[in-house]
Amino acid sequence: MTHPPYLSPGYKSTVLRAPAQELVMPKLGPDSVELASPVFGHQELGRLDEDLTVQHPGEPLGERIVVTGRVLDGQGRPVRGTLVEVWQANAAGRYAHLGDIHPAPLDPNFTGAGRCLTDDDGRYRFVTIKPGAYPWRNHHNAWRPAHIHFSVFGTAFTQRLITQMYFPGDPLFAYDPIFQSIPDERAREKLICRFDMDTTEPEWALGYQWDIVLGDTPMEA
Amino acid sequence: MTTASHDGAPGPTPSQTVGPFFGYALPYETGPRVVPGWRPDAIDVRGRVLDGAGEPVPDALLEIWQADESGRIPRRPGGIVRDGHDFSGFGRCGTDADGAFWFTTVKPGAVGDGAPCIAVLVFARGLLKPVFTRLYFPEDETAHAADPLLGAVPAERRATLIAAREGERRYRFDIRLQGDRETVFLGF
Repeated sequence: MTHPPYLSPGYKSTVLRAPAQELVMPKLGPDSVELASPVFGHQELGRLDEDLTVQHPGEPLGERIVVTGRVLDGQGRPVRGTLVEVWQANAAGRYAHLGDIHPAPLDPNFTGAGRCLTDDDGRYRFVTIKPGAYPWRNHHNAWRPAHIHFSVFGTAFTQRLITQMYFPGDPLFAYDPIFQSIPDERAREKLICRFDMDTTEPEWALGYQWDIVLGDTPMEA
Repeated sequence: MTTASHDGAPGPTPSQTVGPFFGYALPYETGPRVVPGWRPDAIDVRGRVLDGAGEPVPDALLEIWQADESGRIPRRPGGIVRDGHDFSGFGRCGTDADGAFWFTTVKPGAVGDGAPCIAVLVFARGLLKPVFTRLYFPEDETAHAADPLLGAVPAERRATLIAAREGERRYRFDIRLQGDRETVFLGF
């Protein structure tokens, strides 16, 4: 099983929010709305949405990085023109969110939110800064490994995916109940991007590659 | 060149929680307003997301996806920038401090042999993967009896999928993640 279970008591917020009843597994007719997906167009996105380092008058602090990869279906085919949204903490590990009261500095030059559509090869690409790790109150001395949140649509509403991309070699993996909620180690590793020298831009930014594979739609399964 | 997963393990990319801090990134002002309120066939859908203790979930994100008023599934963009005419079928709304959400949309027409319904997806802190459900309309009782998906739901739980009518063109649809009257969630 790739996905985490709903109930994962190490992550305390699941205890009162995980559904307790069995899911109903419907047989969807071919014209069911869930087998189609909303579509989005370039005209709906802003010019600066793909580069999180140029959305303010000054440059954000932190390590500039390029994150790119492909969105693929279960057969390895590119998912073209699909909306990819990202959000993340700044280099100090703080989100530009009123609810984040962790005493690390906000960066006036970094919001940490981006959007793009995949190209004909299923590829997305963002320029950003490497997010910092940050503490949370799940348990004593709890820290989240550095991560970028990703939201992807796909070609069927059933494929809708929100997940988190992590960075290689993070010492916090073993202690993080959200990362560890995925039972299978090989599945967990799918969330870790790969440093890539070919993506790295000389004198400019380190590059990381991370592909996203969507689930089969019920018709394919 | 790049393989789907770096270690060659098969299967999709695992889900992770949306977390508590998506509020400045994913919701957008026009998200809940799938159609303009001036449309004579606009409907208002409101509800709350509640946890297993009956407490509001103030950090949930809802998405809806639906056919248009004639039962056609939209194939055009416009879910982010609304032009007031083309129907995108997509809406997004974050819950407020009371766990409340709202959408202004149209009632979808029936698609195939199903009763009119809106697909509803909920993400939240504490949900490691989203929950899928469907909103059906209370006035369509006859169509519900023939709806294949409702037919797969145990009779005593079916009511959790049917919105309550709260007035002319107004509906209420509460989502209970757990506990008494837990909403029926769908696995695909």
